[in-house]
Amino acid sequence: MLEFIQQMINGLSLGAIYALIALGYTMVYGIIKLINFAHGDIMMVGAFVGFFSLTLFGTNIIVAMVAAMLICAILGVLIEKVAYRPLRNSTRIAALITAIGVSLFLEYITIFLLGPSQRVFPESAFPIKAYNVAGLSILNKDVFVIVSAVVLMLILQYIIKWTKTGKAMRAVSLDQEAAVLMGISVDKTISITFAIGSALAAAAGVMYGVYYSTVNPLTGIIPGLKAFVAAVLGGIGIIPGAMAGGFIMGLLETMVSGYGNSLYRDAVAFGVLILILLIKPTGLFGKDTGEKV
Amino acid sequence: MQTYKNNWAKFCGEVLILAALFTLVQYLITTGLLNQYYQINLTSMCINIILSVSLNLINGFTGQLSLGHAGFMAVGAYSSVIFTNMMGQPFIIGLLAACIISALAGFIIGVPTLRLKGDYLAIATLAFGEIIRVILQNIDYVNGPAGILGITKMTTWPWLFGATILTIVVIVNLINSSYGRAIISVREDEIASELMGINTTAYKVLAFVIGAMFAGLAGALYAHFFYIIKPETFNFLKSFDILVMVVLGGLGSTTGAIIAAVFITALTAVLQSFPAIRMILYALILIIVMIYRPQGLMGNKELSRQTFGKIWSGRK
Repeated sequence: MLEFIQQMINGLSLGAIYALIALGYTMVYGIIKLINFAHGDIMMVGAFVGFFSLTLFGTNIIVAMVAAMLICAILGVLIEKVAYRPLRNSTRIAALITAIGVSLFLEYITIFLLGPSQRVFPESAFPIKAYNVAGLSILNKDVFVIVSAVVLMLILQYIIKWTKTGKAMRAVSLDQEAAVLMGISVDKTISITFAIGSALAAAAGVMYGVYYSTVNPLTGIIPGLKAFVAAVLGGIGIIPGAMAGGFIMGLLETMVSGYGNSLYRDAVAFGVLILILLIKPTGLFGKDTGEKV
Repeated sequence: MQTYKNNWAKFCGEVLILAALFTLVQYLITTGLLNQYYQINLTSMCINIILSVSLNLINGFTGQLSLGHAGFMAVGAYSSVIFTNMMGQPFIIGLLAACIISALAGFIIGVPTLRLKGDYLAIATLAFGEIIRVILQNIDYVNGPAGILGITKMTTWPWLFGATILTIVVIVNLINSSYGRAIISVREDEIASELMGINTTAYKVLAFVIGAMFAGLAGALYAHFFYIIKPETFNFLKSFDILVMVVLGGLGSTTGAIIAAVFITALTAVLQSFPAIRMILYALILIIVMIYRPQGLMGNKELSRQTFGKIWSGRK
């Protein structure tokens, strides 16, 4: 039982990271109906910004995270402007292929600039401590990841529910044409969505770096894919769905590697994806909508 | 009668050209003028042509974006090696087994996933491709992640040439048949073609199975040339490689797919010592082609003698 709770805690921190990445996927999908394949790679860039801010500038972890979020927000807006905006009225497949292109570009430009080798996060940046609570050993990195993820999600909820920008985002994702008629600047709203989504991915990247203490240019691929699965699991385009999906994926994955075969860890994520696509493609929180001719 | 005669003459001409090409390369190989380096690139070229032409059938002609082509290649590679190296069967049995087993895999994966549309289908095929890889990594019979080493080299120029021509002929004839028109109608408007009485699911599965079959053939040829196969070789980046060729050539143009496969293989050979630059170029090709020419280099047009004739006489 104790071991089970221990696994739950590990699963929750992993799930918090997935949930943060999944939020970006789901927000972007909700607003322009595009699977932003490059999202996992934005997370990787965030992890690298965090790494360099910790090692080169010796900042503390909070500053590193804020720096990563700012830089990745700019990167996200830039990617949308250069690569996705010209394709807004073309087919979905064209946009999807472009997103794959952007993803490959980010990965290999990083390999080109920094080399393919693995970087290890400095231990001094985040000394690992363990707290003993009722026989459980809770690591401070678990606490850090879960608390900062929850804080970021609360901020996101506030932005979306209570601010004018959030209202505009909801309006654009509901009906773009009607939003334009109401005087909402669609371009600006989409840019803000990319900025927020990318900032969340960057925060997740720094957490991932702290959690696994390594980062390399291809780090983003697998967490990116799993977070995507989480977004689909919760119902893509639905924000609470992405959070729930992320936590479910994290828990499922730690349980499989804890009690089953860790080699099948990656297959589990994809298996879940296929099951959900076949049984309820709209996701756990999704509503069915009819097909318009 | 006249058209029949014309067709016959055209057919004979094509056979003659192909026979000449085959003999020329065979001559160059036997006399040793084509050294090992060129032979490797020639092999990759033929394998890439098979892969891109077969993926083009699924992505280009049927309009169903599949990102799991490397998975079928892996199925073909592994099943052929099991038959030839581990059971001692002749190469032709290995090739046939590769085709049949990957077609079967295509059927098993295609039937449930082809109900999905657009991006969902893309992700589901990507997931299946990765699942195939993870399963192969966990089977001890095929050495798991280490892969199979020391495969007998059996892929020779006649096999390669034959397989490439077979792929192109089968897919071109399929597209020009009534099946092909049904397949293209699914791409153009799925709802409309369903209303015309076309069983869209059946045609989508048909295209998917044939595409998977040829991907398996390419995998078998690959395994018996490069001595070693690992599950890691067939990850989704390999699928993206094939996608780059199809997109560059033009979704829905067989000649475009062939030209792009030849071009990309040559580019890969030139940039062999700079893998990062090669991938950056691929990425830029994908982005720039999609923004400025989403239909690809050839669009859905084919390069034929008529095209050359038109260019020659200056007509449009």
